[in-house]
Amino acid sequence: MAKQMHDTPLLDQLESGPWPSFVTGIKRLAQDNDMMVDLLGQLETSYRTRKGYWKGGTVGVVGYGGGVIPRFTELKDENEKPLFPAAAEFHTLRIMPAPGFHYTSDLLRKFCDVWEKHGSGLICAHGQTGDFMLQGCSTAAVQPCFDEINEMGFDMGGAGPALRTGVSCVGMARCEHACFDSYTAQRQLINAFLDDMHRPALPYKWKFKFSGCANDCSNAMQRSDQAIIGTWRDDMKIDQDEVKNYVAAKGRDYIMDNVITRCPTQALALNDDDTLAVDNKSCVRCMHCINVMTKALSPGDDKGVTILVGGKRTLKIGDHFGTVIVPFMKVDTEEGMDALEELSGEMIDFFAENALEHERCGEMIERIGLVNFIEGIGVEVDPNQVSQPRTNPYVLMPDWDEQAAKWNERQA
Amino acid sequence: MSAPRMPDETGVPDWKPYMHPILEKNYGQWKYHERPRPGVLLHVAHNGDKVWSIKAGTCRQMDVHTIRTMAKIADDYADGYIRFTIRSAVEFMITDESKMDALINALNDAGFPVGGTGPSVRILSHTQGWMHCDIPGTDASGAVKSLMDDLFDDFMKEEMPNHVHITTSCCQINCGGQGDIAINIQHTRPPKINHDLVANACERPTVVARCPVAAIRPAVVNGKPTLEVDEKKCVACGACFPPCPPMQINDPEHTKFAVWVGGKHSSTRSKPSFHKLVAAGLPNNAPRWPEVSQVVRKILDTYKADARDYERVGEWAERIGWPAFFEKTELPFTKYHIDNWRGGRANLNASAHIRF
Repeated sequence: MAKQMHDTPLLDQLESGPWPSFVTGIKRLAQDNDMMVDLLGQLETSYRTRKGYWKGGTVGVVGYGGGVIPRFTELKDENEKPLFPAAAEFHTLRIMPAPGFHYTSDLLRKFCDVWEKHGSGLICAHGQTGDFMLQGCSTAAVQPCFDEINEMGFDMGGAGPALRTGVSCVGMARCEHACFDSYTAQRQLINAFLDDMHRPALPYKWKFKFSGCANDCSNAMQRSDQAIIGTWRDDMKIDQDEVKNYVAAKGRDYIMDNVITRCPTQALALNDDDTLAVDNKSCVRCMHCINVMTKALSPGDDKGVTILVGGKRTLKIGDHFGTVIVPFMKVDTEEGMDALEELSGEMIDFFAENALEHERCGEMIERIGLVNFIEGIGVEVDPNQVSQPRTNPYVLMPDWDEQAAKWNERQA
Repeated sequence: MSAPRMPDETGVPDWKPYMHPILEKNYGQWKYHERPRPGVLLHVAHNGDKVWSIKAGTCRQMDVHTIRTMAKIADDYADGYIRFTIRSAVEFMITDESKMDALINALNDAGFPVGGTGPSVRILSHTQGWMHCDIPGTDASGAVKSLMDDLFDDFMKEEMPNHVHITTSCCQINCGGQGDIAINIQHTRPPKINHDLVANACERPTVVARCPVAAIRPAVVNGKPTLEVDEKKCVACGACFPPCPPMQINDPEHTKFAVWVGGKHSSTRSKPSFHKLVAAGLPNNAPRWPEVSQVVRKILDTYKADARDYERVGEWAERIGWPAFFEKTELPFTKYHIDNWRGGRANLNASAHIRF
């Protein structure tokens, strides 16, 4: 039997309405868990005063320098005694799930049993970085809890200035658009650089995200330092009979309005016989027409990835999307995946050596210029890296002829 | 005393033991998909195999009892397998279509709304807020709960022009990310500094370096080394608060909400785009934030009535033009909508294109 519940008139208002209520869940836990009784007390205080009351600190497990998010209450009386003592320590353990967030019911139950024994019983599935997060652990319970989870075959995720947990879209497991094996890529790349996750020593965080196509269901473009996005370089595949079926079912007007005119590069035409013509040289692999007519259209056979670097949100210098570093790379063989791993290692090393403290890769590139970055990692210049060439003349070009010769040599 | 247990550095686990066998069998072999009804996806493989995925909403921060209920539903109807999406929806895969109605009923009975497919409003992506973050201006779980109550029908039906991703963030770091509609904390006053604590709690050069507008400088107050803020320069971003908690940026009155629209990660049709400021000054009115809901509802209703099929919110605004966006949504356009940050000139109208 837990301690008596605090009055929570504000949080109680979040129990009505049709959407699942986290407050109801926490109250269920509070019936036999003092930590959750006091968590409700602190949270209600925040709702009343409109202020947060957690501070960080240093809590970890043996062998690792990161992965636990320490939280200590700041709500204390005049004698420095916590007002809500059972929740005075409320740490999070970040656990790396399988790519694609797949679970068996048995696995989830095992997590629940371990977490009920050691912690609050509150689980966040999943954090924005992609971790399965166990929220609400006392300092003393962190190590035994992690030991049990580690013995189940699961490892700590990343936190702080470190390699972070990766995220993949559903990918080849259940999507016809997936142009590369994002699960293998996620597992191989993260595991190759695990030392940078468990012993944080980078200038700041490094996030990988993996999306099977330009629909970018893992939000890689802006939410990762290195975005790996599937694409293809041969012609898209067309089943003209299925095109005709779509036209018959929806009408020519619908196809014109929702497919043909929506192509960003005017690469599509609807023929008089209700078949589709595609100018594959103009197509930018944006996925729209394929999304609308999934039975008739699909990516080509010569698949690979585009690599973009530098995505991040506001702080410190403003928002960045990732920009293209490598327009196309084959990763459908072991050698291809190894080459991706090698290139990623070059980028992380360059970042580790050249970024300032608390500077994201995109900010470093903004500071030193893209050319210094790609020369540093051994990638050639490519017109796919820009949306347009330079528009100002403020540049010194002492070796133009040499640079032009390099390009001509590569084209030969 | 025995040596401490060292971790097995196993990293990212193999997914195969945890993935539904029909997905493993057809890994990379899917041919097309359909949406037979809201909340349900049907994927068909080249060999003719079919899998129906039933998608349902969760509150993300779940108690173990809720997760065990999910596990039980998976055992009863979906071969014991579960998948989560990045927006914290839960998916159950079935290979026998006849189990679908019973599964959907079980989910509804257990309080998991079925939806979030196709042109629907998806689950709001959210952050930690007052429940766990060390710097939050507001709560995330509560704001999401309130909004999803309002948007419940829009989640369960597929009646929007395209899918709508809404995000919330409890500070200007914006962990919620880009959204068709982003609901983010916006501070409106410089930090209040507790000069007695700065010297002990903060590494001062680090704090000075964090400021994007070089507004922070070392100072001495009451004989103690501290930091001061040039309030004419300060943009109240809160970047100094995480490395220096005595520089309190959160304020019950002056920490407000701003609403942004038109963020998009995908390269589908248009290139990815950042969300753009449309409304600000909304009060941090816990526990239900009705003023925020009202603005979001107005934007969504206008988008639903006015956008063409497949247009995302930002693509719609680009087509009709921002003057029409502000006119139709009845939101005020102010001097604060005009970007004056570095690179902001790219957001000015350098053309004679005016819609009348």
